Amino acid sequence: MRALKLLAILPFAALLGGCDFVVLAPAGDIAAQQRDLVVISTVLMLIIVLPVMALTVLFAWRYRQSNTEATYEPEWDHSTQLELVIWSAPLLIIICLGALTWMGTHLLDPYRTLGRIAADKPIEQKDTALDVQVVALDWKWLFIYPQYGVATVNELAAPIDRPIRFRITASSVMNSFYIPALAGQIYAMPGMETKLHAVSNKEGTFRGFSANYSGAGFSGMHFDFKSQSPAEFDKWITAAKASKDMLGRTDYLQLERPSQNDPVRLYGTVDRDLYKAILNMCVEPGKMCMSEMMAIDAKGGLGREGLNNTLPLTYDKYARRGAPLGTEPTFVAGICSIDELKDTPLREVTAPLDLTPLRGVGLKRPPFSPAHPSSTSLLLSGQRSKSES
Amino acid sequence: MFDNPELLKLIFGRLNLEALPIHEPILVGTFAVVATGGLALFAIVTYFRLWTYLWREWFTTVDHKRIGIMYMILGIVMLLRGFADAIMMRLQQAIAFGGSDGYLPAHHYDQVFTAHGVIMIFFVAMPLVTGLMNYVVPLQIGARDVSFPFLNNFSFWMTVGGAVLVMMSLFIGEFARTGWLAYPPLSNIAYSPDVGVDYYIWGLQVAGVGTTLSGINLICTIVKLRAPGMTMMKMPVFTWTSLCTNVLIVASFPVLTAVLALLSLDRYVGTNFFTNDLGGNPMMYVNLIWIWGHPEVYILVLPAFGIFSEVTATFSGKRLFGYTSMVYATVVITILSYLVWLHHFFTMGSGASVNSFFGITTMIISIPTGAKMFNWLFTMYRGRIRFELPMMWTVAFMLTFVIGGMTGVLLAVPPADFVLHNSLFLVAHFHNVIIGGVLFGLFAGINYWFPKAFGFRLDPFWGKLSFWFWVSGFYVAFMPLYVLGLMGVTRRLRVFDDPSLQIWFVIAAFGAFLIFLGIIAMLVQFAVSILKREQLKDVTGDPWDARTLEWATSSPPPDYNFAFTPVVYDNDAWWDMKRRGYRRPLTGFRPIHMPSNTGTGVILAGLATAMGFGLIWYIWWLAAVCFVGLLAVAIGHTFNYHRDFHIPSDEVVRVEEARTRALAAGAQS
Repeated sequence: MRALKLLAILPFAALLGGCDFVVLAPAGDIAAQQRDLVVISTVLMLIIVLPVMALTVLFAWRYRQSNTEATYEPEWDHSTQLELVIWSAPLLIIICLGALTWMGTHLLDPYRTLGRIAADKPIEQKDTALDVQVVALDWKWLFIYPQYGVATVNELAAPIDRPIRFRITASSVMNSFYIPALAGQIYAMPGMETKLHAVSNKEGTFRGFSANYSGAGFSGMHFDFKSQSPAEFDKWITAAKASKDMLGRTDYLQLERPSQNDPVRLYGTVDRDLYKAILNMCVEPGKMCMSEMMAIDAKGGLGREGLNNTLPLTYDKYARRGAPLGTEPTFVAGICSIDELKDTPLREVTAPLDLTPLRGVGLKRPPFSPAHPSSTSLLLSGQRSKSES
Repeated sequence: MFDNPELLKLIFGRLNLEALPIHEPILVGTFAVVATGGLALFAIVTYFRLWTYLWREWFTTVDHKRIGIMYMILGIVMLLRGFADAIMMRLQQAIAFGGSDGYLPAHHYDQVFTAHGVIMIFFVAMPLVTGLMNYVVPLQIGARDVSFPFLNNFSFWMTVGGAVLVMMSLFIGEFARTGWLAYPPLSNIAYSPDVGVDYYIWGLQVAGVGTTLSGINLICTIVKLRAPGMTMMKMPVFTWTSLCTNVLIVASFPVLTAVLALLSLDRYVGTNFFTNDLGGNPMMYVNLIWIWGHPEVYILVLPAFGIFSEVTATFSGKRLFGYTSMVYATVVITILSYLVWLHHFFTMGSGASVNSFFGITTMIISIPTGAKMFNWLFTMYRGRIRFELPMMWTVAFMLTFVIGGMTGVLLAVPPADFVLHNSLFLVAHFHNVIIGGVLFGLFAGINYWFPKAFGFRLDPFWGKLSFWFWVSGFYVAFMPLYVLGLMGVTRRLRVFDDPSLQIWFVIAAFGAFLIFLGIIAMLVQFAVSILKREQLKDVTGDPWDARTLEWATSSPPPDYNFAFTPVVYDNDAWWDMKRRGYRRPLTGFRPIHMPSNTGTGVILAGLATAMGFGLIWYIWWLAAVCFVGLLAVAIGHTFNYHRDFHIPSDEVVRVEEARTRALAAGAQS
């Protein structure tokens, strides 16, 4: 497989030596596995695409009108054997590719915790993940480190070989959180949370950006991802903590206003519940949180009386104009205070840590006791005696 | 009187002088050119006193052939606009490096890429596809016209109405700055309060009515008006693909209409379908628009597949290989195209099982598509291939489309999509299939059926020039985008700071320039062909020695298409007739029942467009008046009893005898 990979990359490398093909040569294990899938799928498809292209050229040349030596069969329009081949050849490729897709999609599910640090490095229990809360703002990125109580704008740092657990949301419109060197992208959507698990294996500074158009300042919505040694990362955290800036709710409401090409900013202290409030769209004082609203609705809602529980919307990020024919925009007034916000349960897919032997989704092998021992193969009985010993 | 702001608001809504972009030199320049061109055209038409002729013979026509030609003209005119946008984007991205801001501010650039996508899909590809289907399908099935000739005229003018609204946004107000699918929350009133998204909504709604109705019309035509003997499995493949395309249109365009209606409710009356707050969910919009959007891709490409099937069989002088499997492949693609929409947003965070399901269904589509590719290949096998222009486009398609198909299947692998989604790799992919598949197909179709429509062939020299510029331009313009996508460059960016990327954008811009030459060559090709029409003339009605029924009648066909409805015994009906020594009937003509022209379609579409304009600018009285007008005219038209007439048999005899003489003269020379 490795040789195949190299073969596929070789022509590119020869042609385009000077370029940084970050998607084909990433720094993180997840992105590397995604790259492998790109390459393997391409090779699989080339098995059928190249012959088709060659045959097209060949037939076009061989059966040109001026070549009267070629056979001409104007009535030949059917061949069951050929039909079988032309339907089954793509089918076979797609079966392979489909199996690959099913496995790859589940293994590389961004919601799944990491199963390994790198190809040759299994994950260990002591590798606690680094939590990063990501908020896409107009038009900058906010990163909150809840374990360290610091936050940054337009700069992300992480130590190498330590799993990173991103929880991603947005303040106003849809964006896509993407660091090509680290892992594939995932959308950042207001009022919703997406997750991404990744790990970086190589030190360096890489580019991260929004990969989903989000308005006028979209082009400037990028940041540096600093993949550092653990020592360097500790230093970076210390520097961030030293910052006198703090990010509370009022500061956030200032920060989330649209601005373009923002410089890097560090916040030494962060409101502990800020991310939860952003996610639940209730940073503004007095606004009901989504989680609370959903909890009320789950119990049957407030009924018609609930309509009275709204207040006119005076503040919005864009000095919002209401719809021309509708009522004035309103928001739902909060009933509880933010401290009662419960953390949303983490819907995560947990990867099995022990992958040897691979037993599907980690099911135990059923105890094997043949009714007629003599009929079982030598191989099976051999295995069994080993496992019993 | 005019210093009362309330009164002004009542009369003009939010339309005021600031809506005119007089401060934007690019737009002022464009306006000057367009206005001069328009005035010149107006003057010419007036000078030659063509208005009555145009109104009587073209604007009010219910003849499917003329409507088809008008669709093609609309598509080509809009291609120029859509391509102008493309050139502007390529230029901006080629120079906006190293601190340079380029020449387009975000406000303008974001409109340009949105307009480019909207125009190319809705007002270039759709009219060209619909135009060809309109022209060819009734002829291929031996019909006199479509099932509902008036509806056909109305559909066309609604499409024009949508195009007019989109073009209007260039000079009055602005267009959407949201990307071509206008995802909320960005497209909602909170983040796009200006008229751009409203132009988008009403442009598409007005045109969407036309598209849906023309879909219904063509389905009825194909199902009900086939010549005797033409069973479903004897229909030409182009008719089959048209049938499937129109089924897709009828099943998917209502979804677009509904989702845009919901968006407009959000924008106009303050509902919360797709807002962030108050229970709205933008993800629903993304799902719904792609439930329309993915079938749309097949709506465009299936007719192109049909064209390639006709062209390959004709120019290989051979039956189409695997007709039955071709038909089944088309039907399978039609059905599967509804089961893949989620692959446009794997990155939205659906679970792995959902993503895999949609990934694998997407890949399954490549099986029938692959089978089609092989069928064309084996049609060429043991043929006698004449490399006329349509066949050249077909071979270019086969070589180009497999690359696009391959990258498409690659993007259907969710983990691969995570790293390539929204990148320039994706942009390269869909241009690869839309240019390499749809557009090449349309060009093959235009070159193939032009002699049928006008009685003379298109000039091969300029056609070949255009072909080579287009094909090489395509590769030079889009292969660099594949490369850039692998470097992790995302789409819709206006400025870049990594200088090492610039060279690729410069190459891509050069490719766009080559395509520009291709378009120019194509326009020259049309002009030269008209000038040289005597030399390129074809009197036989069958210049390519073709196989299907449209070639059985004269070029251009008479108003009634066929004096006698042909009887079909073979799926290559005309080939079969020629082989069995078919003789044109020369006597026994009868009066032919035909539909009458009507101006109602133009009036209805005009009112609908004006209503859209009123809604866009909040000119409520205008919208209300137009709406009432629409109802009144539509109801009034039901009392129009002058809907049909008979072409007298003398007239039929005259036309057919003229053809007999022309054929005899052609045979002698």
